Amino acid sequence: MKISFPYMGTSHIAFKMLVKDLGHEPVVPPKPSKKTLTYGTQNSPEFACLPFKILLGSYLEAIEQGAELIITSGGAGPCRAGYYGVLHQKILQDLGHDTKITVMESPYRDIIDFLGKIRSVIKPGGVSWWTFIRVFKKAWEKLKALDDAEILSHEIRPFEISRGETTKVFKKCLDIIDEAYTLKEIQEAAEVTKKMLKSIHQDRSRRVLNVGIVGEIYVVLEPFANLEIETMLGEMGVQTHRSIYLSDWTRENTGFESKANVIKAASPYIDELFGGHGICSVGHTVLYSKKGFDGVVQLAPFTCIPEIVAKSILTQVTHDYGIPVLTVFLDEQTGKAGLQTRLEAFVDLLGQKRDVIEGAAMEGIAI
Amino acid sequence: MSVKIGIPRALTYYAYYPVWKEFFEGLGMETVLSRPTTKKILDNGVKETVTDACVPIKLFHGHVLDLKDRVDYIFAPRFVSVNNEKTVTFCPKFLGLPNMIRSSISGLPPLIDIRIDLKKGRTELFKICYRLGRQFDADLLTIIKAYMRGLKAQARYQMLLNQQLTPVEVLNIMEGGEQPVQNTKESLKFAVLGFPYTVYDKFVNVDIINKLHKLGIRVLTAEMVPPKQLLSQAKKVPKNLFWNFSNQVLRAALYYLDNAKVDGIIHITAFGCGPDAMVDKMIELEAKQRGKIPFMSITVDEHTGEAGLMTRIEAFVDMMVLRRGLS
Ligand code: SF4
Ligand code: SF4
Repeated sequence: MKISFPYMGTSHIAFKMLVKDLGHEPVVPPKPSKKTLTYGTQNSPEFACLPFKILLGSYLEAIEQGAELIITSGGAGPCRAGYYGVLHQKILQDLGHDTKITVMESPYRDIIDFLGKIRSVIKPGGVSWWTFIRVFKKAWEKLKALDDAEILSHEIRPFEISRGETTKVFKKCLDIIDEAYTLKEIQEAAEVTKKMLKSIHQDRSRRVLNVGIVGEIYVVLEPFANLEIETMLGEMGVQTHRSIYLSDWTRENTGFESKANVIKAASPYIDELFGGHGICSVGHTVLYSKKGFDGVVQLAPFTCIPEIVAKSILTQVTHDYGIPVLTVFLDEQTGKAGLQTRLEAFVDLLGQKRDVIEGAAMEGIAI
Repeated sequence: MSVKIGIPRALTYYAYYPVWKEFFEGLGMETVLSRPTTKKILDNGVKETVTDACVPIKLFHGHVLDLKDRVDYIFAPRFVSVNNEKTVTFCPKFLGLPNMIRSSISGLPPLIDIRIDLKKGRTELFKICYRLGRQFDADLLTIIKAYMRGLKAQARYQMLLNQQLTPVEVLNIMEGGEQPVQNTKESLKFAVLGFPYTVYDKFVNVDIINKLHKLGIRVLTAEMVPPKQLLSQAKKVPKNLFWNFSNQVLRAALYYLDNAKVDGIIHITAFGCGPDAMVDKMIELEAKQRGKIPFMSITVDEHTGEAGLMTRIEAFVDMMVLRRGLS
């Protein structure tokens, strides 16, 4: 069967392998583009959130490529994402497509149940549990390798000597990881790509700013949705640290790493899970601030409910900790040039603030 | 002098005012309701709210401001659930409401921000009332009496709703107003659906219900569907929505599409409302699939223009009259 899945960051590289390993034909939707967005926007309600529109556009593109089944996730927390699947399916039907959408709920509660569902949906004719777990682990390893490379790229970019080199090398890294097939190859690819990134020409004497990225999962993960904000910041001399990675998310939600700390950090401000990743945006901002980050960028789709709530709470966090937060609401009209200007102003502000603090520290004044 | 509790005339006011008003008064306190929405209330709310919030949330801020300097406490509870439907809660903005208010408005009197999560069990509402009562030093007997008084008022409210009255009409009757006379001459029947706080706030929707009445149209709303019937619509959709009020809107739409003979459905959506975007499309597609009942959606915002709205409504009505004439 031809199976497709959402395009989100670099994860398609791992999903593609998983679907193939289970004996099906993966349909990788094209990287989201203007066309994707146009498809999505034309067929979505006006005030649907950006991820809804991009995903719908992506599904339509996958259908053009013959996808018969689309596997997607239900998102965390009670929010609109939990209903995406139902509405996407209705819209596809209305457009005359009979492609099925299957929604995996978050693996949060029960990993075995989650795996079982994937297995039964995909019906890997003759693939035993043992094989299934093996290929799943392999895909997981790949996902981690992809994320590790990306984390490193954001660390290195602000130090690069020739502008754009990190991005170029990172693309090569993705190809290498894509080609790795056995577990051993994947592990090797992870090592090789790390070395490649580290050997980029750098000027380590630069003083870079540290900015944490929080917000709604899809727009944080997918560079098309956030206008490649991390690359933009990196090239302005900012090291970005992202609070959400797919492997990290799954690790958290499957109990490998607890969300407890983040929620605890948010608790003086709000102790109610209010949907989506809203509470994490608050908690992470507090944690970034405690770790001495210079600022935080909050990314949210226009009309994103939990992030709007988070934004209003973040004003208090800024008030208490003094950490500047820039909220960027993204929709199909957001332009790169406008964002660039806002980011430059924000980075300027962070730089000045740091100089003031450091100047004061040198003179022994406490601020 | 008794303690004054301010209750904003916004959001859950339209659905749960009676129980809280009577409960607080049963405890010997005075309740103060914010004034009906005016331009000033809306403008003040808009000023204090994060810019990207929906109109109803801005309105809530406005109503809190209206009460701010005249009461000792403001009732701004956190609604988490009101029944035992497991996956159903409220819009994130309800869940974070007290926090948003605190962050945005300074110099507030203390908020009564109790957490209302009734899916915890049958006795939960009493427990909430008990804690609240104790906070104000009431004794057990007084709390029980006040609680019963609240429940009774809410039951009466529900009973009156079942007589095909709107919440605003019911609340008016409960305050001693008169029963409205039904215009028997009305010929067309419309279902007007949406959140109680957008459908019944006359100011924000430029009094659409009365406008329809004047055109000779009978208006049916979500609250007029008997609760049992409403619940039984749930099985028609593959998955419940997460939000209580949105489920009610979608279910009412399905009810009116299938069971009740209405000539048209109007969905009033709030500008910037997340859940509405989903619900509106669902209703549109469900109506389209059945192909019988025309559907129109109207978005209200801070600047809803009377003229534009009237033109759209009139066109919709004309189309309906035409349909009728032909069939
Ligand atoms: S978290 Fe935001 S973007 Fe995600 S479903 Fe909810 S409203 Fe949409
Ligand atoms: S349901 Fe919609 S209108 Fe109501 S508070 Fe939430 S976003 Fe605003």
